[in-house]
Amino acid sequence: MNKLLQVHDLTKTYGARTGCANVSFDLYPGEVLGIVGESGSGKTTLLRCLSAQLEPSAGTVAYDMRVKGLTDIWSLSEPERRMLTRTDWGIVHQNARDGLRMEVSAGANVGERLMAVGARHYGNIRTEAEDWLTKVEIDTGRIDDLPASFSGGMQQRLQIARNLVTQPRLVFMDEPTSGLDVSVQARLLDLIRTLVSRLGIACVIVTHDLGVVRLLAHRLMVMRRGQVVEQGLTDQVLDDPQHAYTQLLVSSILPV
Amino acid sequence: MTMTYDDTVMIAVEALTKSFTLHLQGATHIPVLGRMDFALSAGECAVLDGPSGAGKSTLMRCIYANYLPQQGRVLIRHDGALADITHAEPRTILDIRRRSLGYVSQFLRVIPRIPTLQLVMEPLLTLGVAEEEARTRAATLLARLRIPERMWHLPPGTFSGGEQQRVNIARVLVVDYPVLLLDEPTASLDADNRQTVVELVTEACARGAAIVGIFHDALVRDAVATRVISVTPHDRAAA
Ligand SMILES: Nc1ncnc2c1ncn2[C@@H]1O[C@H](COP(=O)(O)OP(=O)(O)OP(=O)(O)O)[C@@H](O)[C@H]1O
Ligand SMILES: Nc1ncnc2c1ncn2[C@@H]1O[C@H](COP(=O)(O)OP(=O)(O)OP(=O)(O)O)[C@@H](O)[C@H]1O
Ligand SMILES: [Mg+2]
Ligand SMILES: [Mg+2]
Repeated sequence: MNKLLQVHDLTKTYGARTGCANVSFDLYPGEVLGIVGESGSGKTTLLRCLSAQLEPSAGTVAYDMRVKGLTDIWSLSEPERRMLTRTDWGIVHQNARDGLRMEVSAGANVGERLMAVGARHYGNIRTEAEDWLTKVEIDTGRIDDLPASFSGGMQQRLQIARNLVTQPRLVFMDEPTSGLDVSVQARLLDLIRTLVSRLGIACVIVTHDLGVVRLLAHRLMVMRRGQVVEQGLTDQVLDDPQHAYTQLLVSSILPV
Repeated sequence: MTMTYDDTVMIAVEALTKSFTLHLQGATHIPVLGRMDFALSAGECAVLDGPSGAGKSTLMRCIYANYLPQQGRVLIRHDGALADITHAEPRTILDIRRRSLGYVSQFLRVIPRIPTLQLVMEPLLTLGVAEEEARTRAATLLARLRIPERMWHLPPGTFSGGEQQRVNIARVLVVDYPVLLLDEPTASLDADNRQTVVELVTEACARGAAIVGIFHDALVRDAVATRVISVTPHDRAAA
């Protein structure tokens, strides 16, 4: 099986400050990678570099393009990169407002991504949008409503529908469930788990919640001060942590 | 050093050494397993024997690649060949577990909010077994383990210890894994259910599975064991 993403020695500095340093890993189709670590450890920086939202200071991110194969994403032209992020990739932001267009309807938020991949037939787009609203458990009667009239959990589900409608091969998520009620979080997690495994989507998910990674991630990467201190199979890292920092992280939470 | 094994060998443990370093407790070092070696063939059921704290569960978790040994390796028969699970990539470990290696842990740890029947069907569904067949097989096994049908649509989170343990057994034994690891599967079961587990283990052995088990109950142990592997507390002075 071909690698989907190949990350080599990725570093991002903000002036004298380190965002993340010397990160390397490969991701394969359908693999879910969790990134955990304390606040300020560089998780968001890394995710933004991987997902072409932030240009790294050094190192490479290569993606298995459908035609060209493994290609450094920063060697692509701006329109090529934009096309990639809108079709083959999905990006689920922590704050749904950053990932949704708040001034257009729920249906348009989903339909827009379909139009980016060339869909033109209004009826088909609407049907598909309805279909996706159903998949993420939003009443299709709300299709013409603005996202601002939705609850936080619904907005997050709408963001997921908007991202998955183009059948991406790779989805990036930054704290997708934080800031939601516990019961809403649980439903959202169930939804993400089911969709990601059913559709075989590869996923990089940043979270501070070890319960979330235990549930969703095949592999885990532990970050501290911009560095990856430990990585491996999720249950191995959580049950037999090797690094002092990972032991601290695991011991500071209730059993999961 | 490369050992050679014949085609019937399903598990090979080579020079396996495992200790824990507790960094939060002043880097306390706990040696547990020192250079363990054994190989197990199809149809064998090896019972691990040793006092509490000797490292029986630790050995089993190393075989499952849930724990990381410092030295040595574990080979598991997978796709016809012996695969080094100790040094495999996470996706390979998961593939070995999905298709070749079942593990009944001491306690049920499952995805919350999923009904019991669905939980037991899931390992079959991921192997591509059709929904209907998966349902039938899961139901048959749950019934055999005396989980009342009215409980099948409930998540097992609120079940009693013994009921949870039976669900745990069902979701592993529903698949005919070539290699099985059983960590005290009968610990919280009554006599009837213990007997059912003995039958299930015997049947698995008869179809050619290689089994590593920990059973505190002497009756169960005598009924299923084809050999005993002793796990002795590691010589702490030598470490
Ligand atoms: N735009 C920026 N300019 C300067 N420094 C930044 C910028 N963004 C992040 N940093 C710094 O980079 C480091 C890593 O930040 P990052 O946001 O990646 O952490 P994080 O692991 O996502 O934390 P959290 O869990 O709090 O979200 C921090 O020291 C942060 O202050
Ligand atoms: N994740 C871990 N971190 C640190 N120490 C561990 C861990 N798991 C096991 N140990 C230690 O390893 C030693 C062996 O434990 P293990 O659970 O393997 O014993 P056991 O033979 O299964 O005992 P029992 O019969 O009581 O179940 C113990 O000292 C235990 O504290
Ligand atoms: Mg962050
Ligand atoms: Mg034990």
